[in-house]
Amino acid sequence: MSHLLELHDLEVKFALRTGDIIAIDGVDLTLDKGETLGLVGESGAGKSVTGFSIINLISKPGYISKGKIIFDGEVISSFSDEKMREIRGNKISMIFQDPMMTLNPVFTIGTQMIETLLAHKNISKSEATKIALEKLQKVQIPSPETRLDQYPHELSGGMRQRIIIAIALLTDPQIIIADEPTTALDVTIQAEIMDLLQELCETDHMSLILITHDLAVVSQVTEEIAVMYAGKIIESGATNEVISNPRHPYTKGLINSIPGSIKPGEKLQQIPGMMPTLSKIPPGCAFNPRCLEKIGICETNIPEPKKTDVGTMASCHLI
Amino acid sequence: MSTPILTIDNVVKHFDITGGFLDQIRFKNGKFKLEKTTVKAVNNVSLSINQGETLSVVGESGCGKSTLARVVMGLYAPNSGQILYSGKRIDNLSHKEMLPFRKKMQMIFQDPYASLNPRKTVQRTLEEPLRFHNPKMSSKKIYDKIEEIMEQVGVDPAWAKRFPHEFSGGQRQRISIARGLILDPELIVADEPVSALDVSIQAQILNLLMETGKKRRLTYLFITHDLSVVQHISTNVAVMYLGNLCELADSGTLFENPRHPYTKALLSAIPKIGETSEKHIKLKGEVPTPIHLPSGCVFHDRCVHANERCVNQIPELLTLDNGTCVACHAVEENRVIS
Amino acid sequence: MKSSLQKFKESYFLYSFKQDKVAMASFIAIVIFIILAITAPWIAPMDPYDANNIDIMNSEIPPSWNEGGEKSFPLGTDNMGRDMLSTMLYGLRTSIMIGIGAVSLQAFIGIFMGLSAGYLGGKTDAILMRIADIQFSFPYLMLAILVGAIFQIIFGIGRYEQLAVPLLILIIGFAEWPMYARTIRASVMREKNKEYVEAAKVIGLSKSVIMVRHVLPNSLTSLMVISTIQIANAVMSEAALSFLGLGMPVTMPSLGSLIRSGFDYIFSGSWWITVFPGVLLILFVLSINLLGDWLRDVLNPKLYKG
Repeated sequence: MSHLLELHDLEVKFALRTGDIIAIDGVDLTLDKGETLGLVGESGAGKSVTGFSIINLISKPGYISKGKIIFDGEVISSFSDEKMREIRGNKISMIFQDPMMTLNPVFTIGTQMIETLLAHKNISKSEATKIALEKLQKVQIPSPETRLDQYPHELSGGMRQRIIIAIALLTDPQIIIADEPTTALDVTIQAEIMDLLQELCETDHMSLILITHDLAVVSQVTEEIAVMYAGKIIESGATNEVISNPRHPYTKGLINSIPGSIKPGEKLQQIPGMMPTLSKIPPGCAFNPRCLEKIGICETNIPEPKKTDVGTMASCHLI
Repeated sequence: MSTPILTIDNVVKHFDITGGFLDQIRFKNGKFKLEKTTVKAVNNVSLSINQGETLSVVGESGCGKSTLARVVMGLYAPNSGQILYSGKRIDNLSHKEMLPFRKKMQMIFQDPYASLNPRKTVQRTLEEPLRFHNPKMSSKKIYDKIEEIMEQVGVDPAWAKRFPHEFSGGQRQRISIARGLILDPELIVADEPVSALDVSIQAQILNLLMETGKKRRLTYLFITHDLSVVQHISTNVAVMYLGNLCELADSGTLFENPRHPYTKALLSAIPKIGETSEKHIKLKGEVPTPIHLPSGCVFHDRCVHANERCVNQIPELLTLDNGTCVACHAVEENRVIS
Repeated sequence: MKSSLQKFKESYFLYSFKQDKVAMASFIAIVIFIILAITAPWIAPMDPYDANNIDIMNSEIPPSWNEGGEKSFPLGTDNMGRDMLSTMLYGLRTSIMIGIGAVSLQAFIGIFMGLSAGYLGGKTDAILMRIADIQFSFPYLMLAILVGAIFQIIFGIGRYEQLAVPLLILIIGFAEWPMYARTIRASVMREKNKEYVEAAKVIGLSKSVIMVRHVLPNSLTSLMVISTIQIANAVMSEAALSFLGLGMPVTMPSLGSLIRSGFDYIFSGSWWITVFPGVLLILFVLSINLLGDWLRDVLNPKLYKG
């Protein structure tokens, strides 16, 4: 069976005045219909760029320099801008961290929702209003009729994020890419939004790519996980396997550094140093200067992804 | 029992956000009236910390925890109530009288990108408090001290001449901590010191704070929204909601046996790694604005246990058998099964 | 450890400067103008201030390439028989002097007012900014006429000639300080809520120390941008005042008073007396404005992409 979305050896470069830097370095990913995938990593790991490159929205001076993206059997990475528009915001929707990035402060929620619909579908305005209402109900917004006439600033952060999800749902997309959708929100609201996303995926058989730095959130929400470090996926597989039996030292370190994984008051296990900047990636395994288990070969050879004993994939020479 | 190092006694802090005189004029019932809009950020909060303890104040955004920290540091004057340092009232002191206390209490800020002056090198940032409080200290001593403190927080002293923008977020936070420590304070107020950092860096900074805390017998007032961090580092935890204190207990008790309905909801919402999400407690509605506080218990309109009394009467903080202090009528009347 | 020179060489600032041809050209032009102005007493063929050099018989000689032109007066002479080239160089010198002087005064008053208003806030802010508003709603020409007239009455025409430069600096400086005050106030208000200012308060530093040592240095970028534009404005104001006869006296030419003195002869065919200083003025102001535009783009943090 072919996958709904495939990323093959994707490479994204940023052309800077000091030369090109590689932001995404040979990423392979697959996503099936109805599957939920968590893309985890620290800031600068390339997880957001990966998300943006899927819908071909990498901001200048970035560009896809190698590899391809296949969606529903078509190579969308080579699509023209115009053709891409049929996919972006239609078959693949994106949710951003800051709701105000998507919502225009000078238009009402209703106007923005209806316009999105009219741009993608050939329907009348009253039909569009009906769909908008239906989606607002779907994201469990109280009294959706009144929301249509409200402006973004009249709503709370949690409510805005729900509106964003409703807008993303308007065109019944097959994939939703959510980039840190709850980072700006409080825990109680975060839990509600995550519940909502999970529910939507189940009922509508939608696929979700959840991009976040929060391993705990991913471990609760998604079935599959891919951990990124310095532009590469270093470990991937079924979420519960990766979380309970991490094989890559970086994943292990990340999990152990979360307070709550050990007894209160004890020293947290920390990963020494920090992630290298993309222009200064060390030779060999990018993680080797911080790795506590490194061996000689790590400094010279780039590890290939290998199947681990628990069925996950990890790029580490120790396996 | 010895005097607590810091006592927050019935502190109230309201902010007037009305603006100028013209903005205050309102037309109501056929009359012009002057009306002020106030944000009721902190309402009657009392807390105390003993030497060497870590008290965490947790709550969601807008609950007044950061304001409380700034009232403690004397950045805002409280509308009423007192701040006592080792039994001496400090909130009404003049700038000059306050100086000896400034040496003893320091603050660490949230945003490592905003908390360091971008135009000052690390050395000058660290030098300033030392020279100010010890005008007779020799330059040699000052530089030695800077070197010592930079080593302690894990920043290479050779980088002292660099500007903040040349450092990463984690390193900046270390420098910020160094500035807090350089006067050898007794109390550190830390306002969300790790929430802007990546997970692996967060662990480094938390370890640094805990280690220096132990080494220097520091007392921490820790402000954060991240409950897993709280559980890890705190002796006592205070939960705030909408400017009011809901619950105060020692860390172990609070996480094992939360009593206030809001604390329960908050704890159930923390995502825990490796656990598939069990059903968390859903709260009705949203946090009201601190401009128009709900009557009675501020939590009543979101609470499943609320009744008539909760709507009308503000709950007092009462101490339960296990030492937990909680402000809830339902707990008092045993309407909440714990 | 990199030296600061090396850092500057690798900076985005220099990089974008090298990318922008217009900025480079205008910067070079400004440098040339300033060098010419500073060295005017040495490079000018004659001293237009010295009455001994001026011969009324040489008046209104056209530029050397025109019929009737003379080699010794490459750009011709004005109505008083002064060499145009020398007079323009001296005029540029006076104009730049007044421009920089006035802007320094503006900056001094504006920074003081804006910093206090922005940082202290409340009533101080309200009072200081209302003063600025009043000052701004007052046409500076009216002020100039008033002050100029009073001055001439008190000191007489003779003394006025000597005091013209400081007087113009005062008038233009006082007329435009609110621009600075507003810009500084806005950026101070942005800076003062940042955590590093709170950190300085926690240390126990006094208000004035925090204002001058912490807040002000971080508000200076916006100052640089408006300073370039304000210098251009001040030079223009000086020219306008002189053109109206309220500025520099004819015996001490500035670009504005030269344009004015030539204006009476423009229809009698002696166009060069007005046109040459006019072109010089336009080139000078244009280069400053173009450089200012580039500076604004490059210093705008929203556009900044390292």
